[in-house]
Amino acid sequence: MNALRRNVLKSAAGAGTVAVAVAAGLLTPTFALAGAPRSAFQAKNLGDALKEMGATGAADSKDITIKAPDIAENGAVVPVEVTSGIAGTTSIAIFAEKNASPLIADFDLMNGAQGFVSTRIKMGQTSLVRAVVKAGGKSYTASKEVKVTIGGCGG
Amino acid sequence: MAEPMRIRATMAGDVADVKVLMNHIMETGLRKDAKTGQMVPAHYITEVTASVNGTKVLDAGMSGGISKNPYLGFKVKGPKAGDKVVINWVDNKGDKNTAEATIG
Repeated sequence: MNALRRNVLKSAAGAGTVAVAVAAGLLTPTFALAGAPRSAFQAKNLGDALKEMGATGAADSKDITIKAPDIAENGAVVPVEVTSGIAGTTSIAIFAEKNASPLIADFDLMNGAQGFVSTRIKMGQTSLVRAVVKAGGKSYTASKEVKVTIGGCGG
Repeated sequence: MAEPMRIRATMAGDVADVKVLMNHIMETGLRKDAKTGQMVPAHYITEVTASVNGTKVLDAGMSGGISKNPYLGFKVKGPKAGDKVVINWVDNKGDKNTAEATIG
């Protein structure tokens, strides 16, 4: 019991820990459902962000489509649309790999929400735009390169 | 930041297509003010939730990497024309905004 308590205190970020905490009735499920931890948004590189989200071993998938321009003239506004054809998609996360904070947004989908999100992101420089999809407890990923003429981070 | 939010929700077959335009500066905190040379403090939306007839369908976490005046499009299977879509957001300063629309 003591060890469990310590784990929860140490990192509410680890998805496994949260699952244990839910099972033990320590946290309400509503809290546990709240997507990627804020720590993932603070991560300064893609590897750390994926680790914080528990999506390190994401498998490449052809069922994820990323619609984004090949060349973005203005990095401040890059339209990105992600469609997941994977059955049971529960979340879609969007990364701009070379941004100062790569994780842009994480969308948890439930109660009939389809595997689709569309938004506009900022990109500091030419880089891969990566989507990470979670479905049935597994992670899948796909990426697309977007060339940026004028960066949209900083200024 | 209590400026209005625009929501358009339309049915396409059995799927509701929802488009939201939020009014927010989305400051990353990494940008310098050209005049003063000071860093512009971070001010961006951190969480957006959407529900249809009171049932949550989408819960999004965001960083300052989302463009100014964020656009969000998503699709939900199940609702009918006339159902209510409610969008809520919260930013890193604790400001909040809510808007609702009827699916047409």
